[in-house]
Amino acid sequence: MPQEFKCMSAQADFIEEQGESGRILRFTGSLSIASLGNVPARLEALNTPIDEIRLDQLDHIDTIGAWLVHKTAHDHDAEITGADEDATRLIEQVAKSHQVVRMRPDRTNAFARVLGEIGSATAVAGQTMLGLLGFFGATCVAAFNVIRHPSRLRINAVIQRFEVVGVSALGIIGLMSFLIGIVIAQQGAVQLRQFGAEVYTINLIGRLTLRELGVLMTAIMVAGRSGSAFAAQLGTMKLTEEIDAMRTIGVSPMEALVLPRVLAAVFMMPLLGFYASIVAIIGGGMLCWVSLGIPPITFIQRIQEVVPITDLYVGLVKAPVFGAIIAMSGCFQGMQVKGNAEEVGLRTTAAVVQAIFMVIVLDAFFAVFFTWIDWI
Amino acid sequence: MSEIFHGDDAGETLPELADGETIICVRGLKNAFGDQVVHEGLDLDVKKGEILGVVGGSGTGKSVLMRAIIGLQKPVEGEITVFGESMIDRSEDEATAIRKRWGILFQGGALFSTLTVAENVQVPLREFYGSLSPQLLDEIAAYKVVMSGLPADAGPKYPAELSGGMKKRAGLARALALDPELLFLDEPTAGLDPIGAAAFDELTSELQKTLGLTVFLITHDLDTLYAICDRVAVLADRKVIAVGTIDELLATDHEWIQEYFNGPRGRAAIATVKKNRAEG
Ligand SMILES: Nc1ncnc2c1ncn2[C@@H]1O[C@H](COP(=O)(O)OP(=O)(O)OP(=O)(O)O)[C@@H](O)[C@H]1O
Ligand SMILES: [Mg+2]
Repeated sequence: MPQEFKCMSAQADFIEEQGESGRILRFTGSLSIASLGNVPARLEALNTPIDEIRLDQLDHIDTIGAWLVHKTAHDHDAEITGADEDATRLIEQVAKSHQVVRMRPDRTNAFARVLGEIGSATAVAGQTMLGLLGFFGATCVAAFNVIRHPSRLRINAVIQRFEVVGVSALGIIGLMSFLIGIVIAQQGAVQLRQFGAEVYTINLIGRLTLRELGVLMTAIMVAGRSGSAFAAQLGTMKLTEEIDAMRTIGVSPMEALVLPRVLAAVFMMPLLGFYASIVAIIGGGMLCWVSLGIPPITFIQRIQEVVPITDLYVGLVKAPVFGAIIAMSGCFQGMQVKGNAEEVGLRTTAAVVQAIFMVIVLDAFFAVFFTWIDWI
Repeated sequence: MSEIFHGDDAGETLPELADGETIICVRGLKNAFGDQVVHEGLDLDVKKGEILGVVGGSGTGKSVLMRAIIGLQKPVEGEITVFGESMIDRSEDEATAIRKRWGILFQGGALFSTLTVAENVQVPLREFYGSLSPQLLDEIAAYKVVMSGLPADAGPKYPAELSGGMKKRAGLARALALDPELLFLDEPTAGLDPIGAAAFDELTSELQKTLGLTVFLITHDLDTLYAICDRVAVLADRKVIAVGTIDELLATDHEWIQEYFNGPRGRAAIATVKKNRAEG
């Protein structure tokens, strides 16, 4: 270190000595946080009683040093002597601030905690279902209000959501569907070849994508892309009190924030689902052409023959329902955020998991339902 | 939490400065957001041991100036030195040695929302002095919390459970955690009740006297300016248009300065100060 730099002051230290009036603790050096060294530990380990703490040989003291002096004096009921003006004031300051302060909220014992957590998880699950139902109701009310007063529809917000949810997802959903089409065709061809029924690969591709996979995979992608975004956006707005501010101004968050998102998801899901199915069929068609030697014209003709139009309806009926579920669970979870940034993350995760789970459960119900009405 | 806490006492020590030396030196600073130029040709010196008040209309760039000095806002042009070391293009390692020596209170508090108040105060302590015993860390956090004017039961609360003024105090407790030599305060008394604000002023000036603290204090609070600031810097027209004691500023004939100190609120604050002085 160059000469002109005055070095940080000496390391803190203390010595014990026997004076006339009792044992004396004499601090030396700089009693500040950067040069404490092992002083706190040694002070802690002191077991002889101390009657006097002498500070006349201190170079420097900060509030942490003052705290150590104050605490030692307090613990040993010792007198502080030899402090200069600054040290006296600092010690007075920290002494004034000497109170019992808890660092974290109290923790209960492990057994009670486990029981408590099971209980509250159950309660939360129940409340979430109820809350979601209530939220569904509130969304319907908001939609109804907007239908009665169409001028209240925030058309710009809706269009903007259309773009974010729909148009920007085209690339990734297209790529995903194309690859899925190829995989189905390839796996189908390999399995069906064993029966010499390779040509049925086309039935497989057409029906599977239009009925199930196109919409289902799109729903999963939209849940991951947009459901999570809805939860995070609304959650952050909740944290910064934007939503409270909206309410007090008289803007209904249900109408201004939730409805545009739900509408966007409801309208975009069928379009995206249809698009995904078509791209998957194209992908499957390419594979058929390349590896089974079925030319595109034949492929298209076969698709028209073997895929009943009801398959398309099945897909298109499910899509808006899935969209509504995804948007509502995203917005619902976002609105539940309170407290801190970590909560936003948890709620976002919950929104996606909940949406995908409900989509798959409902898909199973739809399958049973459509069989029942003979759209096989 | 572990992402915030990782104790490790690293960093070289920097030279100490004598009283009256310049601790912050800003020369020819230019800050801009896109086309909007906030500062241009801004010069400012802060001397060791003083409380420098920084005033200016809303949006004149006081917070941006503070962010530039502490290295959060990269200036377009200009030179900034703190403790005699340039802040422009510092590497993370070099910056650590400086960060140990300052404490910052942000305008919005900027508390870590997943940690309790007491844990917030411990973050800088653990970061730089992780070898201190957990018990001592708790004791330090405890007296810092109380010293900043928070009730003792605020320790285990999370920031979301605090009032606006309490967040300010918790932010101050965290800024003071390391007994810094240099303290940046962005509108510390905004949102505090008058009694609390006066106590805050007193605490700041007490620490400045006993610890030899240097304070960079952004404020709109005229009482604070009169009560504790040694000098005041006025920000307007993208630069510091005047620095000096309040009496010196009053002697200038700049319109904004006159309006600021001689407006109804300014006069009321002067009257209080005069009354207090007369009463001793
Ligand atoms: N991140 C940012 N992006 C763009 N512009 C910004 C950003 N931060 C600040 N500004 C602009 O810089 C200018 C100065 O802002 P700054 O926050 O420093 O004001 P201030 O003087 O602290 O005001 P106040 O007294 O209200 O706190 C403002 O015009 C603001 O719009
Ligand atoms: Mg500001």
